[in-house]
Amino acid sequence: MNQYAVIVGIGESRVGKVGDRSALQLQADAAQAALADAGLKMSDIDGLLTTPVRVEHWNMPAGVVAHHLGVQPAYLSTVDLAGASGAAMIHQAAMAVASGQCSTVLCVAGQNLLSHGTRSTAVRKMAEGGSAHPQFEVPYGPLVPSLYALVAQRHMHEYGTTPEQLAEVAVAIRHHASLNPNAHKREPITVHDVLSSKMITSPLHILDCAIVSDGAAAAIVTCAERARDLPGKPVHLLGQGYGLRHSHIGDTELTTTGAVDSGLDAFRSAGLTPADIDVAQIYDCFTITVIVELEDLGFCHKGEGGSFVEGGRIALGGELPVTTHGGLLSAGHPGLGGGFFHVLEGVRQLRGHAGPRQVPDAKVALVHGNGGVISVHCTLILGAEAKA
Amino acid sequence: MSEGPVMNHVVERPLPVPDAATEPYWAAARAHRLVMPRCLECDHFHFYPRTLCPQCGSARLEWSACTGNGEVYSFTVVHRAPSPAFAPDVPYVVATVALDEGPHLMTNLVNCAPATVAIGLPVRVVFRRASDEITLPMFEPRSEDA
Repeated sequence: MNQYAVIVGIGESRVGKVGDRSALQLQADAAQAALADAGLKMSDIDGLLTTPVRVEHWNMPAGVVAHHLGVQPAYLSTVDLAGASGAAMIHQAAMAVASGQCSTVLCVAGQNLLSHGTRSTAVRKMAEGGSAHPQFEVPYGPLVPSLYALVAQRHMHEYGTTPEQLAEVAVAIRHHASLNPNAHKREPITVHDVLSSKMITSPLHILDCAIVSDGAAAAIVTCAERARDLPGKPVHLLGQGYGLRHSHIGDTELTTTGAVDSGLDAFRSAGLTPADIDVAQIYDCFTITVIVELEDLGFCHKGEGGSFVEGGRIALGGELPVTTHGGLLSAGHPGLGGGFFHVLEGVRQLRGHAGPRQVPDAKVALVHGNGGVISVHCTLILGAEAKA
Repeated sequence: MSEGPVMNHVVERPLPVPDAATEPYWAAARAHRLVMPRCLECDHFHFYPRTLCPQCGSARLEWSACTGNGEVYSFTVVHRAPSPAFAPDVPYVVATVALDEGPHLMTNLVNCAPATVAIGLPVRVVFRRASDEITLPMFEPRSEDA
């Protein structure tokens, strides 16, 4: 089935502090950019996938977005796997196309998370908004970053991972953002900058944490047959996997996640191994997330993620460039749509459209999304060529 | 960074709202007892509470008393409060504790300096009244031979 589903267009809105656009306007901006990229019109779209937003209460988001954009869908659905939603939308669009229910699916997500309120209200909404258990966790006052800090502290205890190694992740990804003109934070940083930035929730400093941004991303999925009539170079979905080992972080082990399962299934369905991956767009809500996911996806052994990210290995020019658009740590994090930008960058790399961020001769990309607190995982493997 | 308008009323902490599944836990906490669901088929303790035993799938569960002893599994010192209600308490310790019975739970560590907390620290439950309805189980260090 997968070999018939391709991504034919991508687009993003302005990202960062975009005070003059509502959530729906940002999504419309991204959708229009994706359509232009694909050489399609809105009237060509007969399927729509989106995610919930956090800034407004929409009943049935897929319906709200479809109507706003003027799509009359033969298929529509709202995907909510939190941060894994972006990757999952691509697979679910592929399934919708493969089933014959529709031919061309617009996947779109994003919101004005930063400009809708204050940064403080965004932080509070996220802390009380579902990542933490409302009865058994929220009353103890964790930030969302605290939930990941528990992972980092335990990883440091079990494997000797250091704050410097966490900082290396932030430095590499900020370097990538410095090469992305649409990134929210582009000023290069050093390990020293990370370690001397404000401690938020030990051992995580503010530069270990994702930023809060406005922005939206969109991609268009159709079948390979239809893509032949379109001007752009299609990118192929080669494999995918899902994983879930817990829903909340307080009642579980902390250093191995469902990314083990999503990764194994993605590589199995693609018939590939980690050694085949040219570039990895890994969900980076916090620096520790990248280290744990690199281990769980099989790029290194459990416990070796800290040393794996040292010495520029995950930066452009390194052995495995990771999150080359600048990720949630630096390019932008507008909530559930944040992980969708990782999909767009995977597509850009495989088309050879990544400009100064281009990984030479990139043929296979891994995209990994993580939702909740390293709870739900979706891994995609994308190829410049169809599956052999 | 602005915390928004200064509030001239007492800022209330977010407190649990017990439901049909969790009321026995909060009723026990009001009486200063820590209880967890235990499976009557396989004797497995679990938490947070579910309808089916995560080990064997049985629905025959019973709230059972725990010793209240455990050790710190992980922790973080929170320096930036998630909302104004927690601001007077920073820095404070959010931890997950591995209970002697097996389950983990999230809590605050109290009666100790944040700098003295470490993974593996032996702890015991204490109870902090938050309202007429809600008493929160928290944990404090205990000596090994206590």
